[in-house]
Amino acid sequence: MDIGPIWRAMLKNKAGFVLIALQIAVTMTIMVNAFAIMQERANNVSRESGIDEANTFALVSVSFDEYDSEKMKVLIDEDLALIRGLPGVRNAVATNSFPLRQGGWSMALQLVPGTQTADAVGSAVYFVDEHGVDTFASNVIDGKNFTPEQVTWKPLDDNTWPAYGIITEALGKELFPGEQGSYVGKSFYINENDPVNIVGVVERLQAPWEGWSGVERSMLVPQRRSSEFQRYVIRAEPGYRDELMPQIEEMLANSNKDRLIRDVTTMDEVRKLAYLGDTAMIKILAFVVGMLTVITGLGIVGLASFNVSRRTRQIGIRRALGATKPAIVRYFMVENFIVSSVGLIIGGILSVALNIAMVEAFSLEPLAWYVIPIAMIALWTVGQAAVAGPARKASSISPAIATRSS
Amino acid sequence: MFRYYLKLGVLSIRANPALSTLMVAAIAVGIGACMSIVTVRHVMSDNPVAHKNEVLYHVQLDNWNPDDPYEEPNEPPEQVTYLDATALHQAERAFRQTISFKTDRVIQPAGEDARPFQEEVRATTADFFAMFDVPFELGGGWDAAADQTEERVVVLSLEMNQRLFGGEDSVGRMLTMNNETYRVLGVLQEWMPMPKFYDLNNNPYEGAEEIYVPFSLAVTGKWYSSGNTSCWKSPDGGDFAAYLASECIWIQMWVELRSASEKDTYMQFLDDYVEEQKSLGRFPRELNNRLSTPAEWMVDREVIDDSVSVLLSLAVLFLVVCLLNTIGLLLAKVMRRTNDISLRRALGASKSALFSQYIIEAGMIGVAGGLAGIGMTWMGLRGIESVFSEYDFIAYLVSMDWTMIMGAVALAIVSALGAALYPTWRACSVSPATTLRIQ
Repeated sequence: MDIGPIWRAMLKNKAGFVLIALQIAVTMTIMVNAFAIMQERANNVSRESGIDEANTFALVSVSFDEYDSEKMKVLIDEDLALIRGLPGVRNAVATNSFPLRQGGWSMALQLVPGTQTADAVGSAVYFVDEHGVDTFASNVIDGKNFTPEQVTWKPLDDNTWPAYGIITEALGKELFPGEQGSYVGKSFYINENDPVNIVGVVERLQAPWEGWSGVERSMLVPQRRSSEFQRYVIRAEPGYRDELMPQIEEMLANSNKDRLIRDVTTMDEVRKLAYLGDTAMIKILAFVVGMLTVITGLGIVGLASFNVSRRTRQIGIRRALGATKPAIVRYFMVENFIVSSVGLIIGGILSVALNIAMVEAFSLEPLAWYVIPIAMIALWTVGQAAVAGPARKASSISPAIATRSS
Repeated sequence: MFRYYLKLGVLSIRANPALSTLMVAAIAVGIGACMSIVTVRHVMSDNPVAHKNEVLYHVQLDNWNPDDPYEEPNEPPEQVTYLDATALHQAERAFRQTISFKTDRVIQPAGEDARPFQEEVRATTADFFAMFDVPFELGGGWDAAADQTEERVVVLSLEMNQRLFGGEDSVGRMLTMNNETYRVLGVLQEWMPMPKFYDLNNNPYEGAEEIYVPFSLAVTGKWYSSGNTSCWKSPDGGDFAAYLASECIWIQMWVELRSASEKDTYMQFLDDYVEEQKSLGRFPRELNNRLSTPAEWMVDREVIDDSVSVLLSLAVLFLVVCLLNTIGLLLAKVMRRTNDISLRRALGASKSALFSQYIIEAGMIGVAGGLAGIGMTWMGLRGIESVFSEYDFIAYLVSMDWTMIMGAVALAIVSALGAALYPTWRACSVSPATTLRIQ
């Protein structure tokens, strides 16, 4: 099949083909950029929080009686003893937050004492006792867990921080850039002048804010806090979570009437909520790309049908002059291939341009190169599939048509 | 003639049902995609106090770290310290001023089997209600004297009054929170500022608090903020007094200034205040005070999520594809009717007559696309609502108003007419003779 005559014939009706080429170009631009965003969001969603999400849940206890810190300490100890004593509970801890919760405590850490400088490294802080590491399912890759002696109650009038900490590996890398060897035994400063000795390093424990660039940086602090507001994180043995949730809620609500229990949530729900924006964006974009492909495909079908019916006579003449049915089909297929190719080349340029603009404006991740050829192949296929029907119709035009006047 | 062209248009549209449906559907889908995102964006960027935008100002002072700005390049913190909030509030140098923060309390409803529940509470000062035009259903707010006397009073939202008192006139009745009793002073009408412009720190769409309590009560009761607290320097000690005396920021401050000269005077007052504090060893950074209108403040805090802007740009491109599609189809239609057109031209039809005829036909497709587009927008919004169904505020973001409906129709007609221009021009420029010749 000779491309030359087809190309020259197309030049006779430029406007129609330019419009399809543009439509394919813009379709590709949307497709490529939507796909780049979907990929970025999907990567976010697939990150692991580090905790045993399938078996962990959390709840909040709020005491509303007049505040007495000694009474609170007793209550917290009782609560934890009750929870840890239940069959099916693997471990539990009273803490301030947990990964994916979207709210928490962060501190600036630095290697020199004094007022916070621009080099300080931000880290999430989880206040725990010696049960924290196991409850958070943290894999201690270096050093060891807190000993019970290292865990203290926070004094009411003193702001000094405990002298021990367990950090994530990512936090270590950020705090001690380029340093070889173990982080255990090293120290840094928190709260301006309070030194912290690293006693352990865990493989992974995310900060509570999934959207934060430092999401992998967190530290465990061996301190218990006797405020009216307590957040209990409970790790169940596999299979026990769902029966433990109402059981523990009931048990705590009944053990003390001057408090309420709320926010009993599984980590699955927490994860769903944390990544709702990402998953919703993926769904919306997938839908948009789908609709777009359908519209562009139907547009090609519509235009090709038009062209076929407009050229009925010419097709008949060609058939009368000896062109075979496959030759007619091939004509329309090649024509579409040329239009698509022009559109896809323009589309490639537009895609990259839009991506650069979006990366600039919304600080997205730049596009992966292979998305462009994938989109091209996809749209070529759509174009060929769309034109196939009308082309087959064209090939069935009888040569006798040529003899009739239009 | 207009009615005749309408009739011709209907005939032509009905002559190609599949194609006409495709054109209407393409416009409708494009409009639906655009308008559903525009609607969400419209609600997100709404200014609930637009009518007072020229007189309300959010106050910022730069008490931050000398070595590290609060935000690059040199942004002052978005909240103020307790020290500054109370000093500026007591100075009463603005027409009205309010300082407030979000906290929470456990509400213990009367009745044996009523279960206590925790609620977010806004601790604020007397001017809050007047400044933000908060409408009262019953009673009213507290006066400036109550800010001083620490009287235990509350204002409830309409919903909270419904929940606690079954919607009865509760003014003067008592309410228990954390085992302390409060007297109800007033009940608000339905008030749902979206975004919650006066406190954008957490979720701007979470809606207003349902309970309001005097600021001074919250402070004497040692209620910590349940919103954001940020410190560049740690408090000198771990108790509430140290928190109050610290450089930590956790209070939102707004003032009402009725004219440009009042604003200038107030700005001067803020500068003088900071200079004075500098001499006491605070405010190590350069003078960097700000007064922002609600609209400026919402732009500054970027209340519109980037995702919405990304989706909007893709939706606009989507509409472009749909229109290119329509232009192509209209053009093809015109090209196929070249014979009729030249015949009509040969019989004496003027170019303008042809133009009217085809533009009316395209306009009809546009109106149909617009009407179907309203339906598509509605479906698009339901789709957005369903993928975000876990957000309890999502219903507010996906509500269509008349502006948006009219916008959808207008956009559809403009798009369809825009799309029709080139094909119509091509139709008009068909010469009477050429096509007839080959017949």
